[in-house]
Amino acid sequence: MPRSVAPWELQRKLLIRAEDRTNPKYGCRPEERPAEDYIRHGVINLDKTAGPTSHEVAAWVKRILKLQAVGHGGTLEA
Amino acid sequence: MTGVLPITLADATKVVQALLLSGKEYVCVMKLHGEAPEERIRGVLKEFEDVIYQRPPVRSAVKRQLRTRRIYYVDFLEMDGRNVLFKVGCEGGTYIRKLCFDVGEVLGCGAHMQELRRTRAGPFVEDDTVTLHDVAYQFPQWQEKKDEGILKKFIQPMERALALVPKVYIRDSAVDAVCHGASLTAPGVLSLESGIGEGSAIAIMSLKGEAVALARATVGSDAMLGMNHGIVAKVERVLMPRSTYLRCWKSGEKADA
Repeated sequence: MPRSVAPWELQRKLLIRAEDRTNPKYGCRPEERPAEDYIRHGVINLDKTAGPTSHEVAAWVKRILKLQAVGHGGTLEA
Repeated sequence: MTGVLPITLADATKVVQALLLSGKEYVCVMKLHGEAPEERIRGVLKEFEDVIYQRPPVRSAVKRQLRTRRIYYVDFLEMDGRNVLFKVGCEGGTYIRKLCFDVGEVLGCGAHMQELRRTRAGPFVEDDTVTLHDVAYQFPQWQEKKDEGILKKFIQPMERALALVPKVYIRDSAVDAVCHGASLTAPGVLSLESGIGEGSAIAIMSLKGEAVALARATVGSDAMLGMNHGIVAKVERVLMPRSTYLRCWKSGEKADA
């Protein structure tokens, strides 16, 4: 049985259709977002410990950062 | 169970869909209920490198109907008595507890999942994780010092979560229309990644590298590259607030006056 390629092993090429410039007046590079914005558009790659559920961990992060909403990428059983 | 658990903050929560669907990698300890020779275990694990059928467990968050999941690889690492350590790369939504049970059935002796650690969730890997303690310690540090370097130690831009999703980069003048939910048309596309198929989930990006929306391609990469007009993708989830860029889609208004 041949291994099917995992998404992280896939190499993609950038194909150019046309060239254009971007106006610095609008938008912002993700790394240069002002702090509040950077947090609100951020992801924390957390190492979950054994014990608490994924939901509990997410709720703690929400409380620590004083945010209205957080989500998590795939439940890990307690 | 431990390991990689990406937490999306506030507005970034919209990208969680992309993470849920993305592939995962786990390191697992499986406990056998009887003796089995190593060669046989290696062989049986390899048999699972395929599309497998799974019915979600009784205690689960989804409808319990038989579904298929792709196992990209299963690598035997070592064994000690009846404990077998292996690494598995799989599609999102694969139940490793079920996988262990099924491996046990094929072996004949029975088996269950003893320990599980997630080592990857989509683009996020174990190496760059932070702990809850880091977050609890660093955040007040940032509040006190207002040094953005501190934030960057434990928070990554949401665009990182889309690293494995094929991308289409668009003109400034197309951004606001997409933010309003309009389908992406060929003239707005500047560049795109190879390997997009008709119906693929894609990310629409600005030239500054900001995520504009999650979308579904209506044509493949090659067609997208050659088209002069027509719809190339339908927007499914807008990520950027409206009016971040100038609105250019109503007649009589222009991008940069």
